[in-house]
Amino acid sequence: MRILATLRLALRALRRNKMRSVLTMLGIIIGVGSVIAAVSITTGATKQVEDKVASLGQNVISVFSGSFTGGGMRGGWGSSPTLTVDDAVAIAMVPGVEAVSPEVRDRSQILANGLNWNTQVLGESPDYPQIRNWNIASGSMFADADVRSVGKVAVIGRTVADQLFPDSDPVGQTLRIGDIPFKIVGVLEAKGFNLFGQDQDDTVVIPYTSHMKRVSRRTFVNSILVQASSAEAITKVQQAITDTLTPRHRSVEPDFTVRTQLELAQAMTATAKVMSILLGAIASVSLIVGGIGIMNIMLVSVTERTREIGIRMAVGARGGDILVQFLVEAVTLSLIGGLIGIGLGVGASRIVSVLTDWPTLTPVWWIVVASLSSGLVGIVSGFYPAWKASQLDPIEALRYE
Amino acid sequence: MQPNPVIQLVELTKTYHTGEVDVHAVRGVSLQVLPGEFVAVMGASGSGKSTLMNTIGCLDRPTGGSYRLDGIDVATLNRDALAEIRNEKIGFIFQGFNLLARTSALENVEMPMLYNHRRIPSQEQRERARQALELVGLGARTDHHPSQLSGGQQQRVAIARALVNRPALLLADEPTGNLDSQTSIEIMGVFQKLNAVGITIIMVTHELDVARFTKRRIVLRDGKILTDEAVEPRSIAETELQRLREEQQAVKLA
Repeated sequence: MRILATLRLALRALRRNKMRSVLTMLGIIIGVGSVIAAVSITTGATKQVEDKVASLGQNVISVFSGSFTGGGMRGGWGSSPTLTVDDAVAIAMVPGVEAVSPEVRDRSQILANGLNWNTQVLGESPDYPQIRNWNIASGSMFADADVRSVGKVAVIGRTVADQLFPDSDPVGQTLRIGDIPFKIVGVLEAKGFNLFGQDQDDTVVIPYTSHMKRVSRRTFVNSILVQASSAEAITKVQQAITDTLTPRHRSVEPDFTVRTQLELAQAMTATAKVMSILLGAIASVSLIVGGIGIMNIMLVSVTERTREIGIRMAVGARGGDILVQFLVEAVTLSLIGGLIGIGLGVGASRIVSVLTDWPTLTPVWWIVVASLSSGLVGIVSGFYPAWKASQLDPIEALRYE
Repeated sequence: MQPNPVIQLVELTKTYHTGEVDVHAVRGVSLQVLPGEFVAVMGASGSGKSTLMNTIGCLDRPTGGSYRLDGIDVATLNRDALAEIRNEKIGFIFQGFNLLARTSALENVEMPMLYNHRRIPSQEQRERARQALELVGLGARTDHHPSQLSGGQQQRVAIARALVNRPALLLADEPTGNLDSQTSIEIMGVFQKLNAVGITIIMVTHELDVARFTKRRIVLRDGKILTDEAVEPRSIAETELQRLREEQQAVKLA
């Protein structure tokens, strides 16, 4: 029999028992709908986290010095004075390393334009914007020459610019860190809050040499930012950095750690993964329940229509024709249910998005998966009733009252 | 030269195995039906006529003997092949009409073409169904559902459905069993008209009046042919209807 004619037949049969068809679909509708809604909401949240992680930079590996312990006090990662600029130079030699920036962090009171502001002062290399995937909005980044010459130049974040130069262009003006004047050569683009809720734009970036010699007067760096050449290379480069630093830092306990953005992303998305697995479990349970409903109704339908089956067989329908007819009916039922469910799920997540201001996102592949699995449910749950119908004896079926 | 028979049964037997006992429903029937014949099969219940009809109709396979339908040996065919034979060679007409409920007359008639071996374009399906309905005198009521039609009209739809695949043989099982006498005569008139244009018809009936409209009467008893003779004198539906109308006028019924 032709597929189009069969489809028409199925739709007519389903229309004949509208209430029953709708109630049977309801299992699939609710199952698919709730899964799509939940997926949209969690995907939206996950996407937000991923965007934040990406804002840390591209293919970034961070090397922290160990914790400083003095008089029973432990200073936390980056406090131990063990990482040096020489370490950064050594890391730069590691194959697969694209860019390196030794990082020195400090907080200072800064003054400019008759205003003052307490902010984070970072000592970095000129590669910093590239590593952090952070463009300069106006002016330019300081150069290698400034690092070598321990130059008094600075690039400032958006927040600092707004606080100290509310009415004028900061580029070319001077700010003071403590009492040392720095010339502002560039303003960074606004980057927003990071994963931990800190304002990333509230910062001043100066050459690390200037930071170590003029501002903080340190001989060590807090951490070293490294950019790997590609996402695939991250793990290999991480290992290579560890191998490079280990002989340079001979101590009982390793006094440095090498972390990747990947690990951070994994930690952040681990919750989302658990959620997805949970959702998948709920989805399959509800689809199974919906499928049982479909199988039940199809069995009833086959019994009710025994005579019809007999008539069709008498005029020449093969067992296969009958099988396909009922199978198509079951699949149509579950597929329509699935599509309505997808529609309702997307609608519900949009409503949640509007009401709660959460970002929601319905991944296309989930829509595909939902459609396919509702179709599959139709095939699986429709097969037994359809097979039963196809095995009927035409004489018996014709006699059925 | 004699034309090839539509049906050729040689020592046909059918035995049902129901538990311990074997039921011999048909015990050796030899029969030949030529194109253009109009046969009534009669017999008391249990005489094996239903079993014989089911076998002739390829709904069932014989247990012994041979059956050739339009030259094809049916005994060796599997389920699907039998379905194909039913679709292409046989038109069924039942006592209870067996139309699909809540489906228009036209779509009921189109139904066998859905299962045709050859893909028939829907335009052609529609056209052929319409022609078949016109042939049985129902050209005007093609959109009605069975519940909106009288018994006689429903049976006409069923006949149109049986005709639509241009079968070699029409098989009617008590086609007038559910109809009043006038409608029965009308339906027999349809059969006579179809037979007149060369369609072979085999009909099971237990009413002698109805059998009188056919050309040949076979009586079965205990699974065997008891008598097989030409119908003399033969009733003609036209004249019978005419007489019925006159009688009705006489008693002011019509």
